[in-house]
Amino acid sequence: MNISGLKQALLALEDGRVFRGRAWGAEGEATGEMVFNTSMSGYQEVLTDPSYAGQIVCMTYPLIGNYGVNHTDSESKRPWVEGFVVREASRMASNWRAEETLDAYLKRWKIPAIEHIDTRALVRHIRDKGAMRACLSSIDTNEESVIEKARASTPMENRELASQVTCAEPYTVEAEGEERFHVVCYDFGVKMNSLRELAAMGCRVTVVPANTSAEDVIGLRPDGIFLSNGPGDPASMTRVVEEVRSVIKAGVPTFGICFGHQLLGRAFGGTTYKLLFGHRGGNQPVKDLLKGTVEITSHNHGFAVKADSLPQEVEVTHINLNDNCVEGMRHKTLPIFSVQYHPEAAPGPHDAEHHFRRFIEMMERAHASA
Amino acid sequence: MPKRTDIQKILIIGSGPIVIGQAAEFDYSGTQACRALRQEGYEVTLVNSNPATIMTDPEMADRTYIEPLTVESVRAIIKRERPDALLPTVGGQTALNMAVALADAGVLEEFGVEMIGAKREAVKVAEDRRLFKAAMDEAGMQMPRGGFARSWDEAEEIVKETGYPAIIRPSFTLGGTGGGVAFNPEEYEEIVRAGLAASPIHEVLIEESILGWKEYELEVMRDLADNVVIICSIENFDPMGVHTGDSITVAPAQTLSDVEYQSLRDMAITIIRKVGVETGGSNIQFAVNPDNGEIRIIEMNPRVSRSSALASKATGFPIAKIAAKLAVGYTLDEIPNDITKKTPASFEPTIDYVVAKIPKWNFEKFRDAEDVLGTQMKSVGEVMAIGRTFKEALFKGLRSLEAVKPLRLRGVSDGELQRKLARPNSQRFSYITYALQHGWSIPEVHRLTRIDPWFLEQLKEVMRIQDRIVDRRLEDVPAEVIRAAKEAALSDRRIAYLTGSTEMEVRNYRKRLGIKPVYKRVDTCGAEFESYTPYLYSTYEEEDESEPSERRKIIILGSGPNRIGQGVEFDYCCCHASFALREAGFETIMVNCNPETVSTDYDTSDRLYFEPLTFEDVMNIIDVEQPEGVIVQFGGQTPLNLAMRLHDEGVPIIGTSPDSIDLAEDRKRFGALLNELGIPQPENGTATSFEEAREIAERIGYPVLVRPSYVLGGRAMAIVYDEATLDEYMRTAVDASPERPILIDKFLERAAEFDVDALADETACIVAGLQEHIEEAGIHSGDSSCVLPPVRIQPEHLETMRHYTRELARALNVRGLMNIQYAIKDDRVYVLEVNPRASRTVPFVSKATGVPLARIAALVMAGRALSSFHLPEDLTASRISGNRYYIKSPVFPFVKFPGVDPVLGPEMHSTGEVMGEGDSFGEAYAKAMLGAGLSLPQSGTAFISVNDADKGQAVLLARRLARLGFNLVASFGTAARLREVGLQVETVFKVNEGRPNVVDYIKSGDIALVINTPLGRVSHYDEQAIRRAALQYNVPCVTTMTGAQALVEAITARAGSDEILVHPLQELHAVSQTAK
Repeated sequence: MNISGLKQALLALEDGRVFRGRAWGAEGEATGEMVFNTSMSGYQEVLTDPSYAGQIVCMTYPLIGNYGVNHTDSESKRPWVEGFVVREASRMASNWRAEETLDAYLKRWKIPAIEHIDTRALVRHIRDKGAMRACLSSIDTNEESVIEKARASTPMENRELASQVTCAEPYTVEAEGEERFHVVCYDFGVKMNSLRELAAMGCRVTVVPANTSAEDVIGLRPDGIFLSNGPGDPASMTRVVEEVRSVIKAGVPTFGICFGHQLLGRAFGGTTYKLLFGHRGGNQPVKDLLKGTVEITSHNHGFAVKADSLPQEVEVTHINLNDNCVEGMRHKTLPIFSVQYHPEAAPGPHDAEHHFRRFIEMMERAHASA
Repeated sequence: MPKRTDIQKILIIGSGPIVIGQAAEFDYSGTQACRALRQEGYEVTLVNSNPATIMTDPEMADRTYIEPLTVESVRAIIKRERPDALLPTVGGQTALNMAVALADAGVLEEFGVEMIGAKREAVKVAEDRRLFKAAMDEAGMQMPRGGFARSWDEAEEIVKETGYPAIIRPSFTLGGTGGGVAFNPEEYEEIVRAGLAASPIHEVLIEESILGWKEYELEVMRDLADNVVIICSIENFDPMGVHTGDSITVAPAQTLSDVEYQSLRDMAITIIRKVGVETGGSNIQFAVNPDNGEIRIIEMNPRVSRSSALASKATGFPIAKIAAKLAVGYTLDEIPNDITKKTPASFEPTIDYVVAKIPKWNFEKFRDAEDVLGTQMKSVGEVMAIGRTFKEALFKGLRSLEAVKPLRLRGVSDGELQRKLARPNSQRFSYITYALQHGWSIPEVHRLTRIDPWFLEQLKEVMRIQDRIVDRRLEDVPAEVIRAAKEAALSDRRIAYLTGSTEMEVRNYRKRLGIKPVYKRVDTCGAEFESYTPYLYSTYEEEDESEPSERRKIIILGSGPNRIGQGVEFDYCCCHASFALREAGFETIMVNCNPETVSTDYDTSDRLYFEPLTFEDVMNIIDVEQPEGVIVQFGGQTPLNLAMRLHDEGVPIIGTSPDSIDLAEDRKRFGALLNELGIPQPENGTATSFEEAREIAERIGYPVLVRPSYVLGGRAMAIVYDEATLDEYMRTAVDASPERPILIDKFLERAAEFDVDALADETACIVAGLQEHIEEAGIHSGDSSCVLPPVRIQPEHLETMRHYTRELARALNVRGLMNIQYAIKDDRVYVLEVNPRASRTVPFVSKATGVPLARIAALVMAGRALSSFHLPEDLTASRISGNRYYIKSPVFPFVKFPGVDPVLGPEMHSTGEVMGEGDSFGEAYAKAMLGAGLSLPQSGTAFISVNDADKGQAVLLARRLARLGFNLVASFGTAARLREVGLQVETVFKVNEGRPNVVDYIKSGDIALVINTPLGRVSHYDEQAIRRAALQYNVPCVTTMTGAQALVEAITARAGSDEILVHPLQELHAVSQTAK
């Protein structure tokens, strides 16, 4: 029943709860924040989303790996999760686009994984007790020792991870078809699909490292600035927040997603806080407060912007109907808006894709008035 | 948007009788819609011809009409009730067609009734394949190549474009009736012609074959603010080519990447908008090419469907209920999610388990039908199972099917195996596992079946686990292997079979090893939020979420998958038991595995276990819940078969004791009891071999009625007139053995039959319904129409039946319900059968008398005295007032089984029933016939051909028909007799006498009515041809004289009257206080 023989693996949480299962993926050990994702498909996108850096991800859907892995569905050049937890890993990859099994892929990228544990029990535990540090090991079978390793790992609060996932050097993604705008993307861990969306809408995108100064960004004379998603606690990004604050003063149309949204919130003078266990999945209902419509959206965030911390000139435009947390905001006078969720989907529904068009329209208006 | 206040009264149309392709799922959806709308303060008027439903209970709507679903009848209801709106989307295809017919006939406009949920235009676009195809073209979606033909000539043109194989689907038929796949010109012509005939608009759609493509379904909901959500994705295990109703299906999709899934999702949203379904649920089917991902749109149902019932049960998202609320103006974000309470309905359920649906077929009942599956649905029911892996869900589902005898294949030749794999059939699954066990590779099996290798790999993994058990002694199987087997849902019984031990030994062994199931919750959200609804399924994992309460609780065992002989009637009874006991303060716990039903709705009972109804699964639940009582009386034969074993384990069975159940079922014990009571029964005996059978038959005299013991629905029951036939029966129809003996009864020819339902406890017995069969003895009681009150019986016989009923109730210590079948021959009353449980006729009797029998029975079983309900001793006599008649008539699936003789006999074939009510027998019967979908001719030509014994009566009927203005034609012998009495009659050839013969006349529409009683073996072929032609061309065809007489009564009652009188139940019975 097991993919890699019958080797055991342990998953231990910092509060002492331990799950015994079977090892798959790479042999080894990983620590990180234990989180869960409720998407029933899209594990390849989840694994390769840089926002999952520093985290061990459990998929709530029990059967993972069924359709294998291919070279087109990755959201970055490599998987970023620290470890991967599923109920049952598929031995077989069955899909016309599959190139290798998930097990082979994880082995290749040295990601340890565990299967055959009661993932629902794990999810319920995290839901009630909150996301917490964990250690996944297929080399250490001593429960106490693995629990200790979980406790010794770095907590997510105040953790800075963008520098680990951002690009080392600026690079350019050319526009598809005629180039209409030049967008500078702050790479805090950007997902490919955001860049694909922008390029598809006629944007040439200059992707710059997370530590790029406001001056350098403005110097690139962008039509718009895109603040990407990314891992870690936004509160750890004091220097970057300063740069963002300077950038937006320039009045350039700015669009933030997820981590980018949180940094904008902080740049506006607001605060961010850690959610109990976050939102990760593709079925989150977000209400557009201006239009009254509901879109089903893809989420991956453990932190959120505090609504009442925002200044007068910023209004909340979107909320999550499950817990009413802030999912979108805009500046009342400046061309700046952001969403906490993922309009680029991948994985998840495409309902929110229109935010990219919103950004394009914002740049069009800026052009027209210039 | 808040709910609409400009409408107050809403008409809901139900789906009519249960037929293949349209079953109990619409009782579920209709019931949910009624409840939801009334909760919102709307006045609900309901029409449905099917009395065996929860939705037609007088408490469910403000006005309940059990009347035929015809334009005339529904128009009469609209005229009386003047509803503001009509909700057509919860009653299946029948309701949708009816709504369109009402709109087309101008009825909706005449009375100012607005269609809500789906407008006529949207329905037309979705339902008319030509319009739908045009809409898809505009939206840039691809449908399979092909086109529509209204004639054979057009069809010949289209096939040039599609090539072979070509798929043929008639427009506007249920379950794809009349369609098929043609692999060559000969088959093509045959199917096209049959399809044109089957389609009410004489049109077929012919398409390129996409056989073997992967098939997916998405359940979509939309609200008036244009929010759209996908509730569930479903992947078919059987690829394109097998009707989705005949496919094993799995939720969610298993082998689609997110990119591919999202593109289907985008398409589904575009389609629901394009078609213009404003609110509610729709089902969209897709085919995906497994080699390159190409997508074709197959079809869309702009309404709640079988798949949406499945999706509701699979996710915990109540589609029909929400659809009803959306139809009156709410938006999704305004409706709370019942299960999480804190989150809204505007989301997409995510599940952390796998759901498998498996169809149940009844091919064994249609001996001449070829067991082949195609685009025409043939299954009569389904089960659903939930597991944490596909393996677990699938194998749990397989044992939910209650296969009487698991198909254990041996020595299948490669050639046969290849054929069985390549051509889909109801046993294919067994052949697949056989192939995998016998060294066939996954690619080989995939090549033949086109089933996705991923599914086959899952099966193979289970085979590997079995390999580690087989031929070992139970004690030698290590705990981890037993655990692996249980995780893959291999039953204790299966492990016992593999290890040569008993089920109890396996059960005890694994319990000793600490291998017990835990129960998880279906919560719509993958545990992201807390669940407040105990909707549970078992799995072998760590954490248990059942949280049993300390309350006084009763478990009700449901009836499992629908099948011929055990249908929605039993679910009706189970639901009533639950409602009544809940009100009486008990915690009610339902166990069932049928996704179509009201009983498996998470809010029918306090707790729901979606589990198989086997000893193992039921005992596991009892271990956890420790109930005060378990009810086995309401779910038909399924729970009754468990009664004795549960009792032996010390489970408290409430109501009639398992010993009494056994007494009634055990031939010897029962015979002795009747002797003791001095109650006559037909002479009989029990045989375990042909020799014994012959001896018995000789002793009691032919004809004899033969059947296997312990079956429901007259499975393999036959009337045998001579030894040769008996020999054939014993050799071919059944496997007799000491464990499964054959019962042989003297057959009482031409006896009158009665079904009696009664309520009883220690001190009282209420005779609830004395139903007279319209067809004479020899027709299975489930296939016979019956009437309340009886019309042709002498008062002293009624008294005798009442007396016997009371005697039997006392002797069997009945506590709850009991059903007795009587026959009267030569002024003597015989008992044919006693069943100390709820019967198929309980809902009919309840609706006809206005007394909720199942509800009262449940309360009696829980300890309340029957006398405290203050019921009269005979409900039929005292509750059916004035000249009112209630008739129950069956509905048959013959039209789905080419080659099968649609003749009535002792084996049950009907799938559903309708009720007709009227102030004369004829009026009630006419309504029953209309409800059952027959046209009642008012004029035209009647064909009569009867056997000698029936000729005297035929003369009387012919005379009446002539007086009503019918022309008479008859076969040679019958014509001669009719001429003797001076009737004008033409002679026509029978089939083997020359041409044109009677079948030719039927096909050319020259015959309006057929009366044809069997003449014996020689003319069997002839009669069968007549019956099939009549069936195909929807010409009423009666095969018994009593049936013919009733039909003539009905025609007489309808003669010269266009108006149809309709009455709501609430008026027929001033709402009964008795059960309160």
